[in-house]
Amino acid sequence: MTEAPLLEVRGLNAWYGESHVLHGVDLDIREGETVTLLGRNGAGKTTTLRAIMGILRRREGVIRLRGQDLLNLPLHRVAQSGLGYVPEERGIFASLNVAENLMLPPAVADNGMSVDEIYRLFPNLYERRTSQGTKLSGGEQQMLAIARILRTGARVLLLDEPTEGLAPVIVQRIGDVLVELKERGMTILLVEQNFRFARKVADRFYLMEDGRMVNSFPGHQLDANMDQLHEVLGV
Amino acid sequence: MSTIFGIPAPALYGQILIGLINGSFYALLSLGLAVIFGLLRVINFAHGAQYMLGAFAAYLLLNYAGIGYWPALILAPLIVGAVAVVIERTMLSRLYSIDPLYGLLLTFGLALIFEGMFRYWFGAAGKPYAPPAQLSGGINLGFMFLPIYRGWVVVASLVICIGTWLLIEKTRLGAYLRAATENATLVQAFGVNVPRLLTLTYGLGAGLAALAGVLAAPIYQVSPLMGSNLIIIVFAVVVVGGMGSILGAIVTGYVLGVLEGLTKVFYPEASSIVIFVIMAIVLLVRPAGLFGREE
Repeated sequence: MTEAPLLEVRGLNAWYGESHVLHGVDLDIREGETVTLLGRNGAGKTTTLRAIMGILRRREGVIRLRGQDLLNLPLHRVAQSGLGYVPEERGIFASLNVAENLMLPPAVADNGMSVDEIYRLFPNLYERRTSQGTKLSGGEQQMLAIARILRTGARVLLLDEPTEGLAPVIVQRIGDVLVELKERGMTILLVEQNFRFARKVADRFYLMEDGRMVNSFPGHQLDANMDQLHEVLGV
Repeated sequence: MSTIFGIPAPALYGQILIGLINGSFYALLSLGLAVIFGLLRVINFAHGAQYMLGAFAAYLLLNYAGIGYWPALILAPLIVGAVAVVIERTMLSRLYSIDPLYGLLLTFGLALIFEGMFRYWFGAAGKPYAPPAQLSGGINLGFMFLPIYRGWVVVASLVICIGTWLLIEKTRLGAYLRAATENATLVQAFGVNVPRLLTLTYGLGAGLAALAGVLAAPIYQVSPLMGSNLIIIVFAVVVVGGMGSILGAIVTGYVLGVLEGLTKVFYPEASSIVIFVIMAIVLLVRPAGLFGREE
């Protein structure tokens, strides 16, 4: 635990208009780690990602990537510092075809995956590269949303509920992709309600409730924390 | 003399040509309006003034600097585009986060100021601007006499429209523009400098209006109110084509121009309202416009 975190969040507060939605959130992610944020709907998981990314602008506290302050950067500079965002609604553009969607985010480092590599990892996307982005199935749109960030060379992936509303076989496929990204050394902050999915990839868990962090524990202690999980997640 | 539906053929062809010319300007202007509205969600009421500024830029370049038509075709859009960039940076960009009505009011106010200034300096009367020597005169096509400059305007505006369409549909910059039109925040979260994209887009739209102004200078006269006479029709074209639709703006511009020309032949009394009648019908049947997407 002595290694300096790659992404460091300290005392993060955030507001939607007048409503105070994050209360002093602390979060650390080390290089190459996969960390999962668990919590009920409305606990503040998506808000935490949006606040880190800078999409939610009204925030206070500390957000640092590799020691660099992100809080005061304009939104488009945050991506350039190495954060890649895959939103919950996937954000596939209807007016762009699959290939254009894939090529949309500008590269932020030169070690991103090549387009060939991406099409090898996601053969469906290659077959449908000239289709309108939103004509893809939900699972394919999710793959595309992940793939377009991989192309940019972002070091940290902020992944918001990638399995939501998808069939079990697709969820399995996304799990395989995450394992592969982990093996390649990608650092991942995953928001998930499905902890059975998350346990396969997560090194550590954070548990959120009402805009606060209520617990954090390493992946292998998931079972030991099951009682609290059931209580907080209401499952 | 041959007739078509009882109309002398030369009169018919002549009106179709006038319709095509007017349609060229409708298309060029509604194209810029559509690009600006699509991305900025601003209804640019200064568009007619920017068209007028383009024509005046050409007139002033010629009469005060001796710079002729061809360089003006490049310089006038650059000058007007630069003015628009300053307007966007200093004023318009402050209004994006509030009601779109304020953007409309600001651009409407700016249009009045520009038109007022030029009326004060140059009077309301039109100033002549001669077509370049290479494009003066005309050719006999056999069925009609075609003034070369008018043919040039139709061809040039088609090339500009197609070029703009290709820029938006086929290039990376265009992909940013289309994506930001759908979800600007996400595109910015991907690392694209969206505020700069908005500035460039406003500059591009205004530049297109100025280019149309230069093309128009030798046909209509250069006058401070030339834009406000045209812009109301152009708004109708945008509504018929579909707010924000690029292809809709282009196609509708030419089609309505020709329809207006034909109305002048067959039922002249209706020629000044035909476009608005079509607009009303389209709004009743397809409120999003012929090429617009329902939101």
